Amino acid sequence: MNLEQIVKGEPGEKLFLLGNEAAVRGALEAGISVAATYPGTPSSEIGDVFSKIAKKADVYFEFSINEKVALEVAAAAAAAGVRSFTFMKHVGLNVASDSFMSVAYTGVNGGMVILSADDPSMFSSQNEQDNRHYARLANVPLLEPSNPQEIKEFMKYGFELSEEFKIPILLRTTTRVSHMRGIVELGEIQSKSKKGYLEKNPAQYVPVPATARIMHRELVEKMDKLQEIVNDSPLNQIFYQGQEIELKNIDTEKNKFQGKIGVIASGSAFNYIIDVIEEDNLDIPILKLGFSYPLPEDLILQFVSGLEKVLVVEEVDPIMEKDIWGLLGKRGLLKEVNGKLDHTFPMIYEYNQDIIRESLEKASIDTGIDLSNDLHNKSEIGHSDLELPQRPPTLCPGCPHRAVYYAIKKARENLKIDEKDLIFPTDIGCYTLGIEAPYKAADYLLSMGSSIGTSCGFSRATDQNIICFLGDSTFFHAGIPPLINAVHNKHKFVLTVLDNRTTAMTGGQPNPGLPVDGMGELAPEISIEKIAKASGAEFVETINPLNIKKTASVYERALKHDGVAVVISKYPCVLIKGQKPVKKALLTVDQGKCDGCMDCVSQLACPSISLNKEGDVEIDQLTCNGCTVCVQMCNEKAIRVQK
Amino acid sequence: MDVQYVYRCVMKKPLGYRSDFMDEKITQKDLSNDLSENSKGSYNIYICGVGGQGIIKTSIIIGETAMNNDLDVVMSEIHGMSQRGGVVSTELKIGPSKSSIIEEGTSDILLAFEPLEAVRALHKTNQNTALVLNTSPIVPFNIMDSEHPYPKIQTILSELGKNSRQVYALDAEKMAREAGHILSLNMVLLGGAAAIDGFILDKEAIIKSMEKNLPPKSMEINLKAFNQGYDAVKQQINLENK
Repeated sequence: MNLEQIVKGEPGEKLFLLGNEAAVRGALEAGISVAATYPGTPSSEIGDVFSKIAKKADVYFEFSINEKVALEVAAAAAAAGVRSFTFMKHVGLNVASDSFMSVAYTGVNGGMVILSADDPSMFSSQNEQDNRHYARLANVPLLEPSNPQEIKEFMKYGFELSEEFKIPILLRTTTRVSHMRGIVELGEIQSKSKKGYLEKNPAQYVPVPATARIMHRELVEKMDKLQEIVNDSPLNQIFYQGQEIELKNIDTEKNKFQGKIGVIASGSAFNYIIDVIEEDNLDIPILKLGFSYPLPEDLILQFVSGLEKVLVVEEVDPIMEKDIWGLLGKRGLLKEVNGKLDHTFPMIYEYNQDIIRESLEKASIDTGIDLSNDLHNKSEIGHSDLELPQRPPTLCPGCPHRAVYYAIKKARENLKIDEKDLIFPTDIGCYTLGIEAPYKAADYLLSMGSSIGTSCGFSRATDQNIICFLGDSTFFHAGIPPLINAVHNKHKFVLTVLDNRTTAMTGGQPNPGLPVDGMGELAPEISIEKIAKASGAEFVETINPLNIKKTASVYERALKHDGVAVVISKYPCVLIKGQKPVKKALLTVDQGKCDGCMDCVSQLACPSISLNKEGDVEIDQLTCNGCTVCVQMCNEKAIRVQK
Repeated sequence: MDVQYVYRCVMKKPLGYRSDFMDEKITQKDLSNDLSENSKGSYNIYICGVGGQGIIKTSIIIGETAMNNDLDVVMSEIHGMSQRGGVVSTELKIGPSKSSIIEEGTSDILLAFEPLEAVRALHKTNQNTALVLNTSPIVPFNIMDSEHPYPKIQTILSELGKNSRQVYALDAEKMAREAGHILSLNMVLLGGAAAIDGFILDKEAIIKSMEKNLPPKSMEINLKAFNQGYDAVKQQINLENK
């Protein structure tokens, strides 16, 4: 499929879309005018698609400097009356949370949807926080789609709801929904006015104590009204015995559930439980909550009224479960609820059908599974006792970060600093891969930009030497205030900006340090060096990291500098697409000269260097990028550039 | 097997049971034999390998073929670290499943782009799962420091043989080079999968979807690679039947 189909596809057409791609189509069908993000997996592809199609779709799109700014761009657009969309990974909403809390108060004029892509089981994140809490914290409605088609439909529903109630909407996906591909039937793309106009109204848009008190009251009133409509929302559905039961018939249909076990589920957890119920023909009705906050209390009470017990199936925290306990308590109902709180389901990580089946057994729910059947006979499942080597991700061949790590090791040895006396606060990006041997260049990490802030702390709390790392995009995102803090408060450490000219870890998005923006147009290039100097740092040097000797000597001086030393390692990521490579050096090993010291293999750990069957060092010319770091480090000059 | 017949059987039905798509002409037994040996609901394909081998593209081609033939399909992809030598896997479920995760032991096909990864994925298979694998290894970069060595290919094959009655091993790297480009390796393996008895998608339908997803200028090479993979597996099946 060509990505342009996301704009050009006709109503009724079916596409095999990633959840993230479906989110873009949903936004277009809702007639949005502004979209903004900071890239973060599992939401990254939404921005990648917008970046490619925004012009054609007549939408303004930007990769903002961070999630907070992205949310603010979208909030302002919505205040001006146009529809706006901002999206980010779950921890991105932490960054945006300050303004997120306020936009709930000010409300919106045009529709505004905030998509949070959560990452249960942490496929690519530092935590698995459940952002459904944020809907409760800010007091805004929450939608939880279960598949790509639903992402698209829920987006449209969200914009309508947002505009009607003048409130921003939180739409929460998880990795398995964002990265699920499925058949999506397209709808009509609404054409809406692309330019808004801010009607001045400080009482509405400027939360100072006097106005904020009124705003909070209004917010609570909006949510009270939403509480009335959520019970009838088409996003909430009941399934029983392979059929959907219409909510308007619940009064009569609920009698069928008398004395049974019932399930309340949302998001991808719904997919797992319904598959188990359908495949095993279990006599269990399911209430699927797509619009899960404010909690559809009346609907839930009707659904559970005749049930013997209720199972709550949700990822990650027991949020609905606690709300349901609260609701039952409020109505004085005594009913057994199984979920995470009683350890029927695991408290952490994502679910799947296997976990659901195990959990059902644990809750003594007769799943009717015939264990003599091959399908559920565990002994039939393939297995191997072979001990397998792991395959951890690694820095690419030719990655400039590897050169920096190696040069720092050299500098440390030259200065006779013990390994344990040089610590490496690190940050969010590819360089986190430096945690692995042989680099071991990651000692402390909290969040985006934390490398610099924590270096400030270490420089006061210890006498250890400190070199911290963060990338160019991360520097712009959250590195500038802590750098100014470091200089002003006279801390002492070496800050390395690994400027590889892209936002590499998330797939290569542009950032303010590049002469191009999210729409693919020329843009002013912001100089990291000038920012560092303007921040007051006296030691600021830009290096080509592939020159090992010079890099090591710069670090030797930087480590001796009494204050904040900023080293900008500037070299493009090898994965940047369309990059015209400089004539690639072809490297070979002269077996006559190689003394088999294995330094290149063990100290660089470059995927292109390996041992062949004879035990000789070999360079794979197909994957080698010709960075020549191995040539420079070989003591016997056995690795050579082929003439 | 009449492919159109199978298509009708798994035609999209929201939340339907198997019995909903039963045709009076066939019995439940026929269905489970024809459709999926392993799972009650859907035809499951687990694909695994290493970043850069074209696994996602292959999976999209399979998914789109299913969609274009009125089959319901969901797919899950995990590729956070794909560009950095990490493991990549996708799971495709063709049929009425809502979830895109394949349960333990219920793959109909395991398509392994790398031999070591085939062993790692065995928990998704059972004795009736057809295994199609590429025998050219990609050795992990850190193998020098690894506690466990990379197993010999023969060891891997015998381990797979213990676990499945149908193992089809291809030197897909060599075949791709012969077809004209190493990057056509994924089409060799797709061709191999298409040759499996009872594979849910028709060969010609897959080729149509390849044309929509691959650059026109490389189509000739990719088609050649696909056919080589197809013929090689068919040949292995014919030998078995003799």
